Amino acid sequence: MAGFILRRIVQTACVLLVMSFVIYGLIGLMPGDPLDAMLASVPNVTPDVIEHLKQIYGLDQPLLLRYWHWLLAALSGDLGYSRTHSQPVLVVLLPALLQSCKLMLASFCVSVVLSVTLGVLAARRPGGRLDAAISLFAFAGLSVPVFWLALVLILLFAVQLHWLPASGMSSLGGGGPGDQLRHLALPVATLALVTAGGFTRYVRAAMIETMRMDFIRTARAKGAGEARIVLRHALRNALIPVVTVMALSFGTLFSGALVTETMFAQYGMGKMIYDAILGNDYNLALAGLLFATLITLLSNLGADLAYARLDPRITLQ
Amino acid sequence: MSVAADAPVSVWRLRWRRLRRDRTAMASAAVLLLLVAFVLSAGPLAALLGIDPDATDLLSRYDPPTARHWLGTDDAGRDELLRLMYGGQTSLLVGLVATIVGGALGVLIGLIAGYFGGLADAALMRITDGFIALPLLPLLIVLAAVDLTKLGFSAEFAHSGAAGFWRVVVIISIVDWTGVARLVRAATLELRDRDFVLSARASGGSAAYVLARHILPNAATPIIIAGTLTVGRVILFESVLSFLGFGIVPPTPSWGNMLNNAQEMVTTAPALAIYPGLLIFITVIAVNFLGDGLRNAFDPRG
Repeated sequence: MAGFILRRIVQTACVLLVMSFVIYGLIGLMPGDPLDAMLASVPNVTPDVIEHLKQIYGLDQPLLLRYWHWLLAALSGDLGYSRTHSQPVLVVLLPALLQSCKLMLASFCVSVVLSVTLGVLAARRPGGRLDAAISLFAFAGLSVPVFWLALVLILLFAVQLHWLPASGMSSLGGGGPGDQLRHLALPVATLALVTAGGFTRYVRAAMIETMRMDFIRTARAKGAGEARIVLRHALRNALIPVVTVMALSFGTLFSGALVTETMFAQYGMGKMIYDAILGNDYNLALAGLLFATLITLLSNLGADLAYARLDPRITLQ
Repeated sequence: MSVAADAPVSVWRLRWRRLRRDRTAMASAAVLLLLVAFVLSAGPLAALLGIDPDATDLLSRYDPPTARHWLGTDDAGRDELLRLMYGGQTSLLVGLVATIVGGALGVLIGLIAGYFGGLADAALMRITDGFIALPLLPLLIVLAAVDLTKLGFSAEFAHSGAAGFWRVVVIISIVDWTGVARLVRAATLELRDRDFVLSARASGGSAAYVLARHILPNAATPIIIAGTLTVGRVILFESVLSFLGFGIVPPTPSWGNMLNNAQEMVTTAPALAIYPGLLIFITVIAVNFLGDGLRNAFDPRG
């Protein structure tokens, strides 16, 4: 077990290292270069000065060498300076990370509860009317463009009904936890609905398969009630593969969060990365993408460990 | 020559029979055909009404529907219906082309990994696993932001409409080949040691010949099913990229970039914020239902 965890951590670190290089290279291909913003306010620079500045900042060095210097600095905790925020990257990144975690965790929990309930109900009578309705809901969740669902919800609940605020993280001048919750309601609903679509299909399929197993027949034969059979015998077993799928969907959840945060003007990781790329904020975009990758990789690692813990038949080697 | 009543029926005919009985799948196919007819009637309709779809008219922004403009005009005074049709052409074309390009990449990688095994297999599958785990949208945005002139393309090409289209196709293909690759690898592994493959190899068939002539045709089923489901995902990717301003660049319309201004439309002209997204939604849900129907028809066990 300990050996497996150690190997997976080393693997994760390797993937992260490779990704950091790929992203570093890609960020370098974005339009302009880091000197542009600096020079924009200075009208009379000569080419000599630019060359000199490039030497000072090391921009004339080859890609690999620049990456190496960045990596050494990053490993010592220095991710550079955000040029659009004029603050160290970590100062911008950490609050955004917290905001994204709130959104993603809340949406994840809502969608898990929703999909398990619907999946179990649909699996009671496969092919029945309830199953067809739930199936339609699941396909709708898989097929709806996230930004458009957000638009429809804004149109309905903010513009027409005036029940909930359309954007922002809190009302002007702050506001209590209740106010923040109201601002989180529509983003969480958006992200949870699109995420629940795929989950529901997995739960339904796993439940149908489990309900065919011999041990379910045994439970029936010994006279267990239907509720006990479904919840205690079937669901616990059906959820084992589902948990893995759910944890592996973290990358998709992050993509959804990027759109949701942009639509509802919530400053989370997704919105931060989007703004940073739009504003050519190299350091911030790089750090944001790396943290996004890191979160996803960690959730995948968590999926493997959860799988092993939930299913005693599996031993990790 | 007469055919006996119980003559052997080809597997494709059996599948078609099963698919035809699936009402959801057939309805979805009909919806998709209607959508294709809808977007292709853009040219004739523009000629009939005598409207230039690209002509802006700032004096008639957000006009309500009239006899001339059946769905009204958009935020630049252009005919909304024609924009929807032309935008649909772009969105559907990106969906189709990116699926074919990404699918070809996935097939190639899956065949190589499954047929040759060993180190090639291990390396390719690690890369595939890595891609599956990544948050794709942020990655797509970075890829979309790449300055083509830094890659050696001329500035003229980099800012042309064709570059905009192919850029979206290429970057989506780069990230969305993993599903096909894994399925093709699994199918190849299963076929690799079958007698007819061994016989072809023993007769001196080269790897390329065996793969193309014997493995690929037998792996068609998973490729078709995965490909269908990919079309839906690709259309969603294109729409969100274009919506965020990193995909198809205006004035070329796509269902995604028609919503660029949506936050303003929600209050001024809510219908305009609904139409393009609704068309994307209908297209993708029809594609997904059809893909699901194909899977059921092709694999009676599932």
